[in-house]
Amino acid sequence: MAFSDVREYTHLTDEEVEAIGRELDQIRKEIEESRGQADRDYILRIIKIQRRLAAAGRITLFASFFPPAWLLGTVMLGSAKILENIEIGHNTMHGQWDWMNDPEIHSSNWEWDTTQPAEQWKHSHNYIHHQFTNVIGHDNDIGYGILRMTRDQKWHPVNLGQPVYNALLALFFEWGVALHDLDIGAIRKGEKNPKVLKRQLKQIYKKVGKQALKDYIVYPALTGPFWLRTLTANATANLMRNVWAYLVIFCGHFPDGAVHFTEEELEDETRAEWYLRQMLGSANFEGSKLTHLMSGQLGYQIEHHLFPDLPSNRYAEVAVKVKDLCKRYDIPYTTGPLGRQYMQVLRTIMKLSLPDKLTSHDPPPTAPRGEQRGRRLKDEERPRARSELGHWSSSAA
Amino acid sequence: MAEPLIEKSTLLKRVRTAGKALTTPLSPDDYLKLLNPLWTARELRGRIEEVIPETDRASTIVIRPGWGWRFDHQPGQYIGIGVEVDGKFHWRSYSLSSEPTRSGGTVSITVKAMPEGFLSDHLVNGVKPGTIVRLAAPQGNFILPDPPPAKMLFLVGGSGVTPVMSMLRTMARRQSMPDVVMAYSALHEDDMMFRAELRSLSEEQDAFTLYERFTEADGILTPDQLDDVCPDWKERETWACGPAPMLDATIEHYEEHDLRDHLHVERFTLNLDADGETGGTVTFGVDGPSFEVDGATTLLEAGEANGINMLFGCRMGICHTCDVPLAEGKVRDLRSGEEHDNPQQYIQTCICVPVGDCTLEL
Repeated sequence: MAFSDVREYTHLTDEEVEAIGRELDQIRKEIEESRGQADRDYILRIIKIQRRLAAAGRITLFASFFPPAWLLGTVMLGSAKILENIEIGHNTMHGQWDWMNDPEIHSSNWEWDTTQPAEQWKHSHNYIHHQFTNVIGHDNDIGYGILRMTRDQKWHPVNLGQPVYNALLALFFEWGVALHDLDIGAIRKGEKNPKVLKRQLKQIYKKVGKQALKDYIVYPALTGPFWLRTLTANATANLMRNVWAYLVIFCGHFPDGAVHFTEEELEDETRAEWYLRQMLGSANFEGSKLTHLMSGQLGYQIEHHLFPDLPSNRYAEVAVKVKDLCKRYDIPYTTGPLGRQYMQVLRTIMKLSLPDKLTSHDPPPTAPRGEQRGRRLKDEERPRARSELGHWSSSAA
Repeated sequence: MAEPLIEKSTLLKRVRTAGKALTTPLSPDDYLKLLNPLWTARELRGRIEEVIPETDRASTIVIRPGWGWRFDHQPGQYIGIGVEVDGKFHWRSYSLSSEPTRSGGTVSITVKAMPEGFLSDHLVNGVKPGTIVRLAAPQGNFILPDPPPAKMLFLVGGSGVTPVMSMLRTMARRQSMPDVVMAYSALHEDDMMFRAELRSLSEEQDAFTLYERFTEADGILTPDQLDDVCPDWKERETWACGPAPMLDATIEHYEEHDLRDHLHVERFTLNLDADGETGGTVTFGVDGPSFEVDGATTLLEAGEANGINMLFGCRMGICHTCDVPLAEGKVRDLRSGEEHDNPQQYIQTCICVPVGDCTLEL
């Protein structure tokens, strides 16, 4: 259960909140001003490693009849896909490398090695998830419309199956992501414009076609009699990537300590309050340098949410400053070993599959700053959930 | 990633499409360029082969273009060159000084280091052979007609000589030099680019007359002095390239004599608002509609207010959904105060305001 002791941060005055905002702006400025050759060299090196790894994996799999080659090729290909999806693709699409003014590494035209079209991802993730992070009813990443991740989401008997849905989501994560921007919630309520839905589906279909053709037809066919072994290797590599990406993402917002917010929080939210919400709503995890690289530096989820478009290789140094700031203002900074963080996520998924009265009752995981503002809003006074779409998708309407 | 844009051969296009089945969502070129940085047609690239000093402040840079380049530019045209400095690509345009069909597969530009021009200084003094640069295809209407007119006059000042150099070399090689007069103004003798080549050309070619003017000693060449320098200037088709005041005076002079149609002009510098005042005329899309925008209105707000269909997301500089390339002009990032004036650079319209006139690519 996403739980937090609300008293830990209600002590902040408005002045202190604004001061935190100014300090964070300053951290941002320092990184922006010091971006340079070393950062470019970093991303070019990672891209080079990733492409070589992918090529080496594909070539090794031509010997997939030999079991050690199958294993080696699969691991190389899976690692390449992980690197491409998170450290390179996800971060580039956030605009982390746009400052280089390099058209080949730019958020406007990067397409990643997974089933979701980049255009839909940039909308559902960069905009909806990063702008409305952890606000119930606005951020579709809270359980992805499949899982109940907070007590503020009403229990339904369907939720009893959560442990199974969770396992399926982990295994087929890229397919869940592919459908994410369709907004299953809106489709269920019949609020989705069918023309837009058709256009988005068509784009997904095209992307899926190319991806599947490559991994499941062309490469297996090229290896002739051993096609089945190449096919299982490619499928395993995709599976490896799915489970790892799922793990990294779920450890970013659902471990204990990461807070959810009610939509009152959004009203008149200042930039400083937005920063605060990002810090309180995200959770880091600890790990080796390699772990951080393979998770696209998203073990620094708090820093990523504060500064989604700063180069990922700088998050480690930003984290030192943010941690210090949290200590000085007595704000919780959620972090822990990856394994422990995931166990907490798993516990929440299990617990919330049951009705509230059957489980121990923790304080509601919502931030108090919204509640402090007085009475609860009536339904008609509430801001509407975000239903607007990216440019390309909505131009079908 | 974006489809390869610059491949013109149908066969190669098919090969690339077939190869892409193996490399999707990347292009085969993304892997081939790991073997040789010029083996990519994702966009035009080149390798700097040689930096030849012309004067203390000017160098000729010889570039070997990679895949996709066509050596068929017209004499007088310029290219865009993107050079990486401290991790960031900066773009500028320079006239090609080489002639079109020169063998050896290279092109050259001649760059003069400007006092405030940080990129020109880097190109003249800092860039190493072997450096990979990005290129934009030749363009421009300041060109040599084929065949050239019977009587020509070149009025050039400083580094304005470079496009004319390409024209002269072409005519000399084709042995089709008509009656050409060139009036070349430089600060002093050492500042004169291509000095040796121009002087020997005027000795070898009877049809080519070179007039040298050293402005530090003799003052600038004013249009009314044309009668002395080139008495029959009114009968000549004229190409002028150089500093803005020189060009303005020349245009005025030709207009007074009703000869504007016979004057071809190339400007190197854009009129940027130097005092940093924000606000100006913003053009949405090259050849698109233009609107007056004040300095407190972001480009995104201005576009929306005028019915332009613009991409947007967070509207606070986070998500980069609204990014568009700047075609020309200058904008200021309200968040950082930083100003951007690199053509082709992507800017965040939700937090940028115009500084003087600018054009966005939509």
